[in-house]
Amino acid sequence: MSIWSYANPHKFAAVAERVVPVAGVLAAICLIGGLIWGFFFTPDDYRQGSTVKIIYLHVPAAMMAINIWGMMLVASIIWVIRRHHVSALAAKAAAPVGITMTLVALFTGAVWGQQMWGTWWAWDPRLTSFLILFLFYVAYIALWSAIEDSDTAADLTAILCLVGSVFAILSRYAVLFWNQGLHQAASDPVYDERQIDNVFYLPLILTIAGFIILFVALVFYRTRTEIDLRRVRSLEARRRMVEV
Amino acid sequence: MPDLGKYAVEVLSAYAGSMVLIGGLIVMSIAQRRAAKRALDEIEEEQGDG
Repeated sequence: MSIWSYANPHKFAAVAERVVPVAGVLAAICLIGGLIWGFFFTPDDYRQGSTVKIIYLHVPAAMMAINIWGMMLVASIIWVIRRHHVSALAAKAAAPVGITMTLVALFTGAVWGQQMWGTWWAWDPRLTSFLILFLFYVAYIALWSAIEDSDTAADLTAILCLVGSVFAILSRYAVLFWNQGLHQAASDPVYDERQIDNVFYLPLILTIAGFIILFVALVFYRTRTEIDLRRVRSLEARRRMVEV
Repeated sequence: MPDLGKYAVEVLSAYAGSMVLIGGLIVMSIAQRRAAKRALDEIEEEQGDG
């Protein structure tokens, strides 16, 4: 069976019906397990003290903020090339999840930074590009809300998504490009050379898995909502035509 | 409860703030899903009756 068959809203809804409960339970197990493990059963860092426990929220949220934009880009490109409505709606559905992850990363980073760097905020390359990514999320959501015709909104938000991808990539690699600023390079244990001990690494991997699965559950769930809302709009338009 | 030392307020506020944001997203998603389903059921029923 072709992967494009899932672009059919009914087929997608049937898959979502099965995926969401399983992913939801798995996400809850990983997140609750990982956060309890990290918060209660890991030691303090010799330099950062107990603030190291913020890593179990900050790193997964930052990873998700960047990668969700990547998922939105892929879905938008599929929309532009193949005009599958489900892919455009999936990108739209992912944006609120992405902006929430960006806010979590910015908030936990500010709290952590205040203690370790002595400041809530610095115009550091990674922090600045992350703030711009947050603004792109705001603009993306606002653009979807501002345009009544959903196909036009999908086209324009796809272009915005493409432009914003520059900042998603920058926020990931900014410290390598400029090699300056307060934020350290290797805080992403999946891609970077591992620089943390297993005692912190294992619960971190569990919470990262939890964040990824939570995103899968939420994006399926929210796309289903968007599909229903699109059908409501289409039925309302049909009703108006009949009335005229 | 682990001893968080002098950073207790910061660590707890980071966890509390994140829980509020993620919990809010989940609650909002459920509320939107229910509202969308209700709206679809109503309009389908109405058009079916018509």
